[in-house]
Amino acid sequence: MDLENQKRVKEFTEQYGAENIVVLLGAAEGEASGLAAETVTNGDPTYAGPLTGVSLGLKVFHVCEPEVKEEFDPNIYEDQVSMMEMVLDVDDIVSEMTSIREQYCKF
Amino acid sequence: MMVHTPDMVLHNGTTQTTERIVNPDSEYLKELPNHLRTYEQALSYYPNQVYIGNKTPDDLTALPQPWYDKECDCAARYGKFGQIMPQEEFILLMQVCDVFDLVKLDKNFVAQHKGSLASNEIIDEGILSRVKDGIAPEEVARLVNEDHAEPLYHNNELVGCAARAHDIDVNLSAHVMHENIVSKASSVLALLHVVKSAGIQKEDVEYVIDCAEEACGDMNQRGGGNFAKSTAEIAGFVNATGSDTRSFCAGPAHAIVEAASLVAAGAYKTVVVTAGGCTAKLGMNGKDHVKKGLPILEDMIAGFSVVITQDNGTDPAINLGILGRHTVGTGSAPQAVISSLVTDPLDRAGLKVTDIGKFSPEMQNPDITKPAGAGDVPLSNYKMIAALAVKRGDIEKADLAKFTVEHGLTGWAPTQGHIPSGVPYLGFAREDILSGKISRAMIIGKGSLFLGRMTNLFDGVSFVVEANGGTEPEAAGVSEEEVKGMIAKAMKEFAATLLAQAE
Amino acid sequence: MSILNDKKVIIIGDRDGIPGQAIEACAVSAGAEVVFSSTECFV
Repeated sequence: MDLENQKRVKEFTEQYGAENIVVLLGAAEGEASGLAAETVTNGDPTYAGPLTGVSLGLKVFHVCEPEVKEEFDPNIYEDQVSMMEMVLDVDDIVSEMTSIREQYCKF
Repeated sequence: MMVHTPDMVLHNGTTQTTERIVNPDSEYLKELPNHLRTYEQALSYYPNQVYIGNKTPDDLTALPQPWYDKECDCAARYGKFGQIMPQEEFILLMQVCDVFDLVKLDKNFVAQHKGSLASNEIIDEGILSRVKDGIAPEEVARLVNEDHAEPLYHNNELVGCAARAHDIDVNLSAHVMHENIVSKASSVLALLHVVKSAGIQKEDVEYVIDCAEEACGDMNQRGGGNFAKSTAEIAGFVNATGSDTRSFCAGPAHAIVEAASLVAAGAYKTVVVTAGGCTAKLGMNGKDHVKKGLPILEDMIAGFSVVITQDNGTDPAINLGILGRHTVGTGSAPQAVISSLVTDPLDRAGLKVTDIGKFSPEMQNPDITKPAGAGDVPLSNYKMIAALAVKRGDIEKADLAKFTVEHGLTGWAPTQGHIPSGVPYLGFAREDILSGKISRAMIIGKGSLFLGRMTNLFDGVSFVVEANGGTEPEAAGVSEEEVKGMIAKAMKEFAATLLAQAE
Repeated sequence: MSILNDKKVIIIGDRDGIPGQAIEACAVSAGAEVVFSSTECFV
């Protein structure tokens, strides 16, 4: 994850409290989703950014995952995201995200 | 054209320079040199041979992925779309392109490699006469160690440097000058090739548009420009002026629409669109490549030039009546972006998605992007276009995968930002249209404007290249469908009049 | 229990996946407050 984005995640978490934060991702495939999710839960796996060694344990979802999708206004989701479900490997994304959440999510 | 620049991966790619600051002892930096390719390996890499025109996108489609572990049966350094230049010749070309005595080379290095630059088939006497003898190696080392010069390495040896152009102006720092001179030199090489392959004279070129992603200027005008004119000068386009067009990766598509418009308007007869490459992006996804045991595939500086001239009656034409544009109001939803670039212009022209033989969106090489988690970018674009075509009823849902093959291409361009953005297909598109394989190609450029932190907007432009002749009526503003519609409407009105009269 | 309603949401979109602004629109529709939204680019 971009270093500046890691910095912002860290700052907002300190400001609002980890239990009040949810991270939503839009990555293009499973592995990238998993890496971003790992960064905001267990720490930056590439050891480059401000979240290196920082386990925030944040709640994190990909925007195409069913748990969050059902909370969106269906018309807005249809306009903004739905077409990408035909493009992305949603099953792979869901399985990577679930695995990261099970291991590292604290909330 | 491309240049193989392994030493610049180590010293100038931002992934590496950032890592050196935040994590100087990292495993990645230790492991990285073992993953650099030799010049010969870069030559025999399939996607590179496609880029210079010795192999075709179809050859690549037929080749199972990944490609980094396969040796191409063609390892030529020259092709019909340019060449793959070795680093040592390029360092000399950088010195040639520097007119402020900033690039200083070790005289032994110059003596050793000047001959190979001279034997480069595109390098003429005008270029060669600019090569300087160089300075003592101790002086190079002093400039680097004591005077903030950006070092130039070849095979891990210090062989020269780019000095700063001002003591305190950050916009003229050694780092910026190095980056800009690399962009300029690669653009010059592309210009030299394009006049030759297009069969025009340098004197014919009246205007040059540079669409790379660098900015040149001093502290009082940071992006003042003008790369276009400075490259035209070195390339010897004495009758040309020019200007720079910028829009991140969408720059090339904007520039070509502008060039075609200038020619169509009669402002200039021959316009060349050009762009050099980008050192910052070298090894951009290197961490993923090294982690997965791949070679560093982002070791190529790339550039391109396109000649746009008056209609000669045979060459494919850019149809300015079918332009797609992502507007301020389009938004960033992927379907809105693709609609604005693909289906909206086709709707206006009364065409179906399937009327376009080949789409060329962002032609990033999936061998580079897939291991880095960015997926297969061209394929994602084709799936989006296909999904829209299904929604419009242009194709059946069952034919979605078939559409991506029949109307798509496999990406081969290096991840140099603006370089992959639609235009790498233009050379092949010309051939495919002339041979009758397709009649229309759509070139799509998309740009991430938000990276500049001036807006959250995206950008994109598309245009259609089509066979010469036979389609003028559409270009004139009225399509066959529209004519049919007008006739049908007139007939209905006539019938209504008859009915009214009968009553 | 709702995941997003009344939560502070941080969005990391992707140029070649779902861009930040598109996710923002969805998050707001679920009653979340977007505190940061960005779009990454790997190409």
